[in-house]
Amino acid sequence: MKTESKLEKVLASGALAVTSEVGPPRGALPDKVRQKANLIKDHVDAINVTDNQTAMVRMSSWAGCAIIKQMGLDPILQMVTRDRNRLAMQSDIIGAYSLGINTMMCLSGDHAKFGDHPMAKGVFDLDSIQLVQTVKKMRDEGKFQGGADINTPPKMFIGAAANPFADPFELRVMRLAKKIKAGANFIQTQCIFNLDKFEKYMEMMCDRGLDEQVHLLAGITPMKSAGMARYMKNKVPGMDVPDEVIKRMAGVSKEEQPEEGIKIAIESIERLKQIKGVHGFHIMAIEWEEKVPQIIEKAGLFPRPVV
Amino acid sequence: MITAEQKPLNEIINYISPYDRIILVGCNECVTVCAAGGRKEVGLLASAINLHFLQQGRTIEIKEITLERQCDPEYVEELVSEIDRVDAVVSMACGCGVQSVAERYKETPVFPAVNTKFMGASISQGIWAERCQGCGDCLLGITGGICPVARCSKHLLNGPCGGTSNGMCEIAPDVDCAWCLIWERLKALGMEKRYEEIMEAKDFRPAGGGGPRKIVREDLLL
Repeated sequence: MKTESKLEKVLASGALAVTSEVGPPRGALPDKVRQKANLIKDHVDAINVTDNQTAMVRMSSWAGCAIIKQMGLDPILQMVTRDRNRLAMQSDIIGAYSLGINTMMCLSGDHAKFGDHPMAKGVFDLDSIQLVQTVKKMRDEGKFQGGADINTPPKMFIGAAANPFADPFELRVMRLAKKIKAGANFIQTQCIFNLDKFEKYMEMMCDRGLDEQVHLLAGITPMKSAGMARYMKNKVPGMDVPDEVIKRMAGVSKEEQPEEGIKIAIESIERLKQIKGVHGFHIMAIEWEEKVPQIIEKAGLFPRPVV
Repeated sequence: MITAEQKPLNEIINYISPYDRIILVGCNECVTVCAAGGRKEVGLLASAINLHFLQQGRTIEIKEITLERQCDPEYVEELVSEIDRVDAVVSMACGCGVQSVAERYKETPVFPAVNTKFMGASISQGIWAERCQGCGDCLLGITGGICPVARCSKHLLNGPCGGTSNGMCEIAPDVDCAWCLIWERLKALGMEKRYEEIMEAKDFRPAGGGGPRKIVREDLLL
């Protein structure tokens, strides 16, 4: 074990891990974090707290993580390189670890153009791969990115993201390999709707033996409506929603669409369980956290292992 | 070259309305090539300013001069015979030219008439695009001749983010994904393996993080 992370322990036990996420509120509302975390706490091993997702200002990820930690749960600190330089990120990592947060995700972040401060300066002092390297160096060498020694280094279990569906496809496994080489211990993927393409990606990943070097958690997002499916296909960069999924959602009445979306999510999990290299699931139910327990139960991922 | 675009006329007028005699100074270098502040634009702007004040029943004396290179003290010196006869200077050069004039003629206010944009290349007639951010440590030798610092919207050094679609950047459908271009070029050169080498965190001191930059060439000093 490299860390005290519960996620690391679950993955090391060989069980399929389950994570989900909480988007922090756009205001000083700690109870909102608690409410969302309470909806999913018994059904997941750890809870991601997003970092100004879609480039909208929200309660900071580490503060959300601290609230969740106080509840006796296991938060995952998300950190985007868009908003902070290497000094700020390293100090936040030490701060978070000092509050008992031992698992994190290293991301570059959506471009500020998409958020509520499109006039902001994007920092990008590091990219996501360099952030992975930095966190690993802090943990394994006890050194800051700049080279100085850390007195009591933070021991983070290191995650990174992968989007198997963005262009160019042939480069995606190479990019994953680079993240692993940099020090990623686990990967959470973009939402998977095109399972055929994902299978191909996993085959390429396993051919290179990367499944033995990293734990990949497959990203699952239940869709509420055919409209949401169309929106994700057409408007969300890097998202691959096949036409047959949209057809299936549109093929039932509006009232039945949420149920159909959940069914698709559960069926996807069942199929993904069979794929070599899938070590768990990351469920992103966007403003629909109350459905997460049902999906996890029906997909046979409950109860969660005790580690 | 350095590219620029003329400021809105209103802004320029606001700067100069307290004055009766101005000198409008163009530059024969980059801003001439990108049609923002050369001899021709100096003439056009002078006419526009004149017309504006005439409509208000006011006349203003405008002297037009275009220097060979406004960022060079040797040419800036050519204004010496004119400067005492005017109340203000309006420079149509890039920010370097404006500052060279301001530094030499400390008693006369100098106003910019253009917004300096970026270091770019001409793409086709009337189109220029950013190609270099002057990071001081050129990476083009390892990125297939395409710069991720200047051309990736997130300045990513290790490959495309998850927002690429059909070879375009997530920020706009008409912006190329720099990393798709780099990847295609590396493939064409048979250098695909290079992609998997991790580019370490960049030292931003040569990029300006170390304070204002300066080049001193001992061999050229007088």
